[in-house]
Amino acid sequence: MVAIPSRHKSLALLGGVLLAQVLLLAVQIKKDSRGRLIRVWAVSATTPFERAGAWGVGKVRDVWNHYFALRTTSRENEALRVENDALKLTISELQSKAAEADRLAALLNFKQAHAAVPMVGARVIGVSAGTASRMIEIDRGERDGITRNMAVITPDGAVGKVFAVYRDAAQVLLLTDKEGGAGAMLVNSRTQGPVGGTGDPTIVMKYVATEEDVKIGEKIVTSGMDKIFPRDIPVGTVVEVKPGNPFKQIRVDPAAKLDRLETVIVLLSQAPVEFPKEGDAQTGAQNSSAPPAEKP
Amino acid sequence: MNETYELHTGETHIEVHKFFPGAILVVTVAALVLQSSLPVYFPRLNILELPLLVTIYFGLSRRNPSTGLLLGTAIGLAQDALSGPTVPLGFYGIAKTMVGYLASSIGARLDTEHPAARFALIFGFFVLQQSILVLIRRLLLAQPEAWFNLHLAIAAGVNALVGTLLFAVLDRLRRSS
Repeated sequence: MVAIPSRHKSLALLGGVLLAQVLLLAVQIKKDSRGRLIRVWAVSATTPFERAGAWGVGKVRDVWNHYFALRTTSRENEALRVENDALKLTISELQSKAAEADRLAALLNFKQAHAAVPMVGARVIGVSAGTASRMIEIDRGERDGITRNMAVITPDGAVGKVFAVYRDAAQVLLLTDKEGGAGAMLVNSRTQGPVGGTGDPTIVMKYVATEEDVKIGEKIVTSGMDKIFPRDIPVGTVVEVKPGNPFKQIRVDPAAKLDRLETVIVLLSQAPVEFPKEGDAQTGAQNSSAPPAEKP
Repeated sequence: MNETYELHTGETHIEVHKFFPGAILVVTVAALVLQSSLPVYFPRLNILELPLLVTIYFGLSRRNPSTGLLLGTAIGLAQDALSGPTVPLGFYGIAKTMVGYLASSIGARLDTEHPAARFALIFGFFVLQQSILVLIRRLLLAQPEAWFNLHLAIAAGVNALVGTLLFAVLDRLRRSS
């Protein structure tokens, strides 16, 4: 047998390992299948740490907020007393608007408003381990009834779709991922076209003909044509429109805060979800602070 | 068993460092877990590439190309597995294999203990990794990807700075001779 000189061994090993991985890539590109064992192992191995991390950070935050971060409490109390006096003066005004306040209060609670829609709230426990993809990991999985291709939203709007499901966790592909997207339409003209990510914080709307009139600031909602998202869930706002041939280049600012997700809602069906209309912008903003609805 | 020994390359004497048992495994797992957890709470930390920093550090310290490239392969494949189903296995694996190999090869020839040298090496390896990733995207995956942007330069600088500090901390895991 021919002996390989020791100084070439590492080079040979390097070549072998690189070749193996290139072949691995090639196999995946040709025959894309989800749920590879290494992914299951890796996610199963790290999920407990991520859960523990989320739990630990929550506890530390609680301890810090309730025991240490009380330096400004006295000043806040003073400010609140002043504010309270001012509020007493305006309370009579508010009483005359009690009926309106009741309506707004109902809208504030997302869960109450969508009690009939099967959905489950989930905590974000991880994100993509690299910048090559825009993905989040949530603490709900098969045991909670989550399956692949379910829509994920927040009270602000569409987030993405469930891409991989494990026993106690699931991975969600965000709209901003290069392979993410949703069927969408412009609110004013009802023109349809898919939205998709480019890896940037914004998303793009495709296949809108040049002759269509699209204005900056126009709202975009889901069309329901992708059989994943129900209709009329806010997707975003048009922030840039460039002419193109044959299609316009439309850049959209996502409605949901995709770079700062801590809790999300997984829709367990395609039942319609009512969102505040444009005129209720203030209400919508308030709704965004409402807790995610739980599975009924 | 010797904890630290020396490579004699020409007239230079370069130490090969050993670490406490399990240190490499624990640091690697911690880097992967932190990489996928920290941005949940601090989105700006998404700019860090902790698995790359760990690959470079152990490559430079161990100074054995075979060990370096295998460690890079393992870390890269684990990162692929944790990056969601849209990132094919081997994407980060190939890049980190190359980084691990080159880091350990350079470590065997140069003294890489000085913070300035470490800063420059991390900066260079970060750019190299991104270049390899862009190549894989364009040539193997047929996906469009920009070659260079300002964000890459900023990310390389931030990672070099954090890496230099991190390396000083990781030096404490070395067994004393």
